[in-house]
Amino acid sequence: MADFTFWFIALLTVASAMLVVMSKSLLYSAYSLLVTFLGVTALYVFLWADFLAVVQVVVYVGGILVLIIFGIMLTNKISSVNISHTSVQKRMGAVVVLGFIGVLGFMIYNTPWIQLANSEPADTTRSIGNLLMIDYLLPFEAASFLLLGALIGATTLSRKDD
Amino acid sequence: MESLSNYLLISSILFSLGLFGVVTRRNGVAVLMGVELILNAANLNFLAFARFGGMNMSGHVYALFVIVLAAAEAAVALAIIINIFNNFNTINIDDVSELKQ
Repeated sequence: MADFTFWFIALLTVASAMLVVMSKSLLYSAYSLLVTFLGVTALYVFLWADFLAVVQVVVYVGGILVLIIFGIMLTNKISSVNISHTSVQKRMGAVVVLGFIGVLGFMIYNTPWIQLANSEPADTTRSIGNLLMIDYLLPFEAASFLLLGALIGATTLSRKDD
Repeated sequence: MESLSNYLLISSILFSLGLFGVVTRRNGVAVLMGVELILNAANLNFLAFARFGGMNMSGHVYALFVIVLAAAEAAVALAIIINIFNNFNTINIDDVSELKQ
């Protein structure tokens, strides 16, 4: 049952990601991106990353996707219902990307990965918090400065100069 | 499902699709969606290696930083795209080539 669920979610994720890059309508792309994000979240749960799964839903679905849909709405005429967009050099890109997947897949299934046996942790939040406050304190502060910079930068860039 | 290779395959497919989106799409917002797919693939890799490498929590922290970077990048990129739209009245990135001449 868990096997079936895993492959169903994997298929859903990959199929919606294909729709993201191939759909003619920009809004359809955005909504399939929602399904992709949720599929990746489910895969995080399979990987015992409960905290990261919640963060993924909150930041990606609640933040980035809303921002992207805002971007689509602000850069198109609202009256044009069918917001379409085209692609260039699809055939060449498909050949390169399929070759890339082939090489990566061959490499992945032919490498003897070392897999350590381990048991499912009760929760990951506590250890992530410990690591953030002890081992990764400097990157954590740097990330907060980055977010402040991005906040100010985005506001400055998008206001009208008058 | 209890195997690292399956997760790596899914994430490599996601990465390749994101790459395909970045190189073939002409709309700026669609290119941004491709970048988000690539970042998600990287995150999946981090967590898969963390899970099968003895539940190493450093992988989770790195994934958290990737999410932070993705949020900052999306905000700035969309501000730039909206500015491009205001100046050129299009977000077709092939048409924005003023500096080329």
